[in-house]
Amino acid sequence: MSEKTEKSEKIEKTERLSVFKTYKLYVGGKFPRSESGRVYEVSDSKGNWLANAPQSSRKDARDAVVAARKAFGGWAGATAYNRGQVLYRVAEMLEGRKEQFVREVADAEGLSKPKAAAVVDAAVDRWVWYAGWTDKIAQVIGGANPVAGPYFNLSSPEPTGVVAVVAPQESSFLGLVSVVAPVIATGNTAVVIASEKAPLPALSLGEVLATSDVPGGVVNILSGRTAEIAAPLAAHQDVNAIDLAGADEVLAKELEIAAADNLKRVLRPQAVDYFETPGTDRMTAFLETKTVWHPTGSLGASGSSY
Amino acid sequence: MAFEYAPAPESRAIVDIAPSYGLFIDGEFTEAADGKVFKTVSPSTEEVLSEVAQAGAEDVDRAVKAARKAFQKWSALPGSERAKYLFRIARIVQERSRELAVLETLDNGKPIKETRDADLPLVAAHFFYYAGWADKLDHAGYGANPRPLGVAGQVIPWNFPLLMLAWKIAPALATGNTVVLKPAETTPLSALFFADICRQAGLPKGVVNILPGYGDAGAALVAHPDVNKVAFTGSTAVGKEIARTVAGTRKKLTLELGGKGANIVFDDAPIDQAVEGIVTGIFFNQGQVCCAGSRLLVQESVQDELLDSLKRRLSTLRLGDPLDKNTDIGAINSAEQLARITALAEQGEAEGAERWSPACELPSAGYWFAPTLFTNVTQAHTIARDEIFGPVLSVLTFRTPDEAVAKANNTQYGLSAGIWTEKGSRILAVANKLRAGVVWSNTFNKFDPASPFGGYKESGFGREGGRHGLEAYLDV
Repeated sequence: MSEKTEKSEKIEKTERLSVFKTYKLYVGGKFPRSESGRVYEVSDSKGNWLANAPQSSRKDARDAVVAARKAFGGWAGATAYNRGQVLYRVAEMLEGRKEQFVREVADAEGLSKPKAAAVVDAAVDRWVWYAGWTDKIAQVIGGANPVAGPYFNLSSPEPTGVVAVVAPQESSFLGLVSVVAPVIATGNTAVVIASEKAPLPALSLGEVLATSDVPGGVVNILSGRTAEIAAPLAAHQDVNAIDLAGADEVLAKELEIAAADNLKRVLRPQAVDYFETPGTDRMTAFLETKTVWHPTGSLGASGSSY
Repeated sequence: MAFEYAPAPESRAIVDIAPSYGLFIDGEFTEAADGKVFKTVSPSTEEVLSEVAQAGAEDVDRAVKAARKAFQKWSALPGSERAKYLFRIARIVQERSRELAVLETLDNGKPIKETRDADLPLVAAHFFYYAGWADKLDHAGYGANPRPLGVAGQVIPWNFPLLMLAWKIAPALATGNTVVLKPAETTPLSALFFADICRQAGLPKGVVNILPGYGDAGAALVAHPDVNKVAFTGSTAVGKEIARTVAGTRKKLTLELGGKGANIVFDDAPIDQAVEGIVTGIFFNQGQVCCAGSRLLVQESVQDELLDSLKRRLSTLRLGDPLDKNTDIGAINSAEQLARITALAEQGEAEGAERWSPACELPSAGYWFAPTLFTNVTQAHTIARDEIFGPVLSVLTFRTPDEAVAKANNTQYGLSAGIWTEKGSRILAVANKLRAGVVWSNTFNKFDPASPFGGYKESGFGREGGRHGLEAYLDV
């Protein structure tokens, strides 16, 4: 909710009150409140109240992992072409709701409307960029290996599994899209912690994903205190990897230590200009390489049977 | 029944083991700062082979400083020049491979057949392979002019001492890093011979430093603030400890850890080939292999036929003098490892699994364990869950492919798996669903420098071998 009541009343000729939106989590394709019943106040950059966001608990984090695990088989098993179309559909839906996101991003990050519009445009384009990657990454980073023996030998990338994503704190929307899209493009499922102070664009993105043919559970979005939600995710035995983009130095170290318990793949925080076209590293960080061997045999004693 | 063979021992005269060895730092052999030494013994006879300097934290610091100093020039060399050093090393390894094979067999206890036909050819091939990459890094798919990381701290295990050294050092040097490597305390000798090969190849001082020592030296190396890259092969428990140590630093980490590989045999599998694959899978290197096929999953309808055949084959395996060219099963690497295998096998019996071994006479000296097979094993049994790292096979059964996949994936590990079936589509479907880094279909335990190797889940992360293996040593 971005418009302030006072301001709306001045602009609107009638006495009609605007309808506020109740911001909710996005878990397993549904929009629950936090099981804890807690909310916290979200303000714009000037300190004006925007909305009450759900303050997720450890239990919400665990529920989100269950949803993400449940969705993993289907999403990882979908064809790369299909995942590409779904990601492109996200861009289409987002384009249609651009006005709303420009308003939410402007409020969340204290940007002018044109600057916020540039952010949203870039986010839409980022979905398109990754939509095109889904059926190309395997050829770029996998392939046949010329082993010294009569064996067919092929390496292919496979998604790591359930990835916990600590979304960037400052770039609440473009940064968020830039870290979530590469995780799911390759077939992982994600549990995302939205920017703590600016969670509203992320929570609204859930509404876009829900109408974009993204299967429920593939992306799960939680708002609340980053440290409170990230700790159980980093320690969770059914989470395979964690992106620490939005963790500060102290928290990142704590989470990396917790992540070692089941040897999660860890992407450490780094300085990123989210307007730049990304490389492939956010995808490869959450991919495993599987190498399959098989004897090639021979067609006869002479070695050839044309 | 076993055929009688006349002994066919490989001569150990080809290798000249000195009574003592130093640490190899900055191109020189040197004593440990605190003067400590330890003995390395032949596990097949318990004979002391040599006395080796034992690195401590101070030596680690000295070696890292030497590697740091060497890094500037080494990383600035044209790739084509680094390549030539590596090609030299590959060639010298080939020239000295008989000597190194005998040395490795003496220090490790594995059969000469394996060091001669598997370890040493793969060592030379690995250096030859990565030598070729050194001047082609622009084309490796990591962008133009990818940079080395700096000083690599590498800690390797005792099961394939020289091969694991090659897996670590070859890609590190090809990409322009310098290294400090700690071999395992029970098998330091081949790494020290390698130091001599570096000298013969004219490798600049400080590019490769070898620090024999125990876990404390490894821990000091991993924690050293001037190390940029940590590579470890060993147990999952130590791997987790290392991951905690490097947390919050900028050190790049790759880990190649434990496994509990499933070897899945379907009812249409060629039984004789499958039996050979099962034997290779779990008895190669006395089962002291992280990617061993230590769980046999056999389809119920062929269980009896397969087990009869397998037991017959195990009865023909020859256990004994590792230097004998007919020996299939050598010694266990250390008393400590033997105790661990023994304890886990006893636990298998205590938990209700049925134990079987062929009639097999164990030598009176040294560390030995007969090939062992457990049937009636369930997924809850310790021997179906824990890595034994010994010649012990746990047999489980399944009825449907789905059940086989579910059981194969029911482990904290994800390093290797095997599939035996004549049906192509089934191979591909099952391979696709297995959560493991290497899948051998209708074969097992095949390795090649061009083929990426490494695990899913708690078997670690990162890949060694192939183009993929470069990433661990580049700033990308």
